[in-house]
Amino acid sequence: MATMTMIQAIRSALDVMLRRDDNVVVFGEDVGYFGGVFRCTDGLQAKYGAARVFDTPIAEGGIVGIAIGMAAYGLRPVPEIQFADYFYPAYDQIVSEAARLRYRSAGDFAAPLTIRMPCGGGIYGGQTHSQSPEALFTHVCGLRTVMPSNPYDAKGLLIASIECDDPVIFLEPKRIYNGPFDGHHERPVVPWTGHPLAEVPEGHYRVPLESAAVVRPGSAVTVLAYGTMVWVAEAAAQETGVDAEIIDLRSIWPLDLPVIVESVQKTGRCVIVHEATRTSGFGAELAALVQEHCFYHLEAPIERVTGWDTPYPHAQEWAYFPGPARVGAALQRAVET
Amino acid sequence: MSQYPPLSLHVPEPPGRPGRDTDFSYLRLSPAGAVRRPPVDARPSETGDVADALVRVLDDAGRAVGPWDPHAEPRFLLTGLRAMLTTRTFDARMQTAQRQKKLSFYMQCLGEEAIGVGEALALEPTDMCFPTYRQQGILIARGYPLVDMMCQLFSNERDPVRGRQMPVMYTSRSHGFFSISGNLGTQYVQAVGYAMASAIKGDTRIASAWIGDGSTAEADFHNALTFAAVYRAPVILNVVNNQWAISSFQGIAGGEAATFAARGVGNGIASLRVDGNDFLAVLAASGWAAERARRGFGPTLVEWVTYRAGAHSTSDDPSKYRPADDWKRFPLGDPVARLKQHLIALGAWSDDAHARLVAEVEATVIAAQKEAEGYGTLATGHVHDTSTMFDDVYKEMPPHLKRQRAQAGT
Repeated sequence: MATMTMIQAIRSALDVMLRRDDNVVVFGEDVGYFGGVFRCTDGLQAKYGAARVFDTPIAEGGIVGIAIGMAAYGLRPVPEIQFADYFYPAYDQIVSEAARLRYRSAGDFAAPLTIRMPCGGGIYGGQTHSQSPEALFTHVCGLRTVMPSNPYDAKGLLIASIECDDPVIFLEPKRIYNGPFDGHHERPVVPWTGHPLAEVPEGHYRVPLESAAVVRPGSAVTVLAYGTMVWVAEAAAQETGVDAEIIDLRSIWPLDLPVIVESVQKTGRCVIVHEATRTSGFGAELAALVQEHCFYHLEAPIERVTGWDTPYPHAQEWAYFPGPARVGAALQRAVET
Repeated sequence: MSQYPPLSLHVPEPPGRPGRDTDFSYLRLSPAGAVRRPPVDARPSETGDVADALVRVLDDAGRAVGPWDPHAEPRFLLTGLRAMLTTRTFDARMQTAQRQKKLSFYMQCLGEEAIGVGEALALEPTDMCFPTYRQQGILIARGYPLVDMMCQLFSNERDPVRGRQMPVMYTSRSHGFFSISGNLGTQYVQAVGYAMASAIKGDTRIASAWIGDGSTAEADFHNALTFAAVYRAPVILNVVNNQWAISSFQGIAGGEAATFAARGVGNGIASLRVDGNDFLAVLAASGWAAERARRGFGPTLVEWVTYRAGAHSTSDDPSKYRPADDWKRFPLGDPVARLKQHLIALGAWSDDAHARLVAEVEATVIAAQKEAEGYGTLATGHVHDTSTMFDDVYKEMPPHLKRQRAQAGT
């Protein structure tokens, strides 16, 4: 067992799949010789050749468009969008094409591709290098949207995504690429080294899709989170002493509803945390699902702690980021109601 | 005060409107046989003159002339003539059936039959086409059952896409016909990806992409040209310039100042501008592009100059935006009549034989329609069961769709 950062775990997943399946191809802006701006594909071109791991022109609509054609041929493309903030030119190809190809052709063609994209803020990336666009994908029928929160899950979920016959949007929270960041930006960076979830097998394994994880059992309130916010929620629970049960969704949509329902029916309280903007964010869907399935168990209003409804600011990013203080305050409100 | 006069915006206007005959001199035709045929390994920049001229084989007397003559056997040409006539007859019957409310919508390819049929016959049957909604001739030329096409149009219980798509959005992997989207241009870059995949796998199959003049304005067109050129993808990039995108003439897509073929040359792609109503020119240019792709010399962009003789679809009336008799005056004529004339000039065909073929094709299409209508039409309500609406969204149906299917009561 090796200790890996999330970057190394993602690279290991790509390595495993490139080795196991000749139909897997990896491409995107700067992913070839250089190995990607976040280094997730470092060394893969040298190992598998330029016909399977290669650089592309700066045209996200083209990157996803060729991926769909390759998938129609029978390949398993894993394109990278350099930052999630750059995917918008590819939205038509994702929504109108990849997501609906199986449906519109009644299974004659399909688009089993996995689109990786780093998301989230906390790196002083401003409004074009910080977004969390998951709700723009969860609203689209036919897509799967996945976001890991640690190296072990990142590798297992990425392998499961590549092996999945549906198109998968694989969002990588870049702030936790190198360590379990809990929102305390004023403190020294904590690396993945030594963390149990950074113990990653070298070989092939899957973390199943549509499967959430209870990362902290508790009895007072259920916290629904994913990506970086899992770590922020853990810090908030620890600092407030609220006995929160924290659920890492891992697969945002389709999701693992039974785990959520069981937890909220037990605690009677629910706080939803995401970094994306609030209005029509995925938290709205979660709140609706919780009230549909747990209404008579609820003891307090469902809370949402999210990014504000503004573009992601540069100099004010820590006022925007829903850190442990805001999450902790919500936990206390929930349990004191 | 500025020393310059006030600026004004140029909004392109077509060279003809209702009540004002079209001046077709804007097409800039070359005489049949006049344009040179570059070697298939020509550098893209060496095709600039061909992209600015018009490759034609059939002259006004129906003779095949010049370096692009494909020297096709008359029997092969008769196969093309039959497929074009079948396509035209099929279109006419379905157009009428739409007026009878047996289908919700239809799009014919009247006047453009040579392009889809000719290229399909020039390609290998295993090459994958990524068509628009006006290349039904590919399916017909490749022998896809007319009954299955009609069942798709009628959205009946035998509709291969189970009622999920508007009429004419066919799909047939087995016939090398990629699922038609309905969003314009998206398939163009997908075809490039398919061709890249074929090259990655060391396959020998190539891809053929289709787009209309209007949709070349979409980013997908430009992405396709960039990726095809960068990776020397084995793909034919067809631009069907039928002069009209619903009511917008090709100048609105940028056709005034440069040919659509010229866009290929600027992107580093060998490019040809070809008479799309000349069946022999279609065979020759498609064959040239296919050979180039198969030999690893990369993509070819082919602009097919043709004319959309009918309405855009059953939802518009072209006499509202262009002269009603425009097609009759279009200088490149009718592809069916021109091939017939050529075959008669060769001594391989006659008016009587043609009349017999027309009657035979009509009988075939009518018989197919009778069978397809027997399976139901949109008017009879014999559509796929509502419960199937939830299938194929994902490979395996997730729990939320199972719940919704139950809520829908199916």
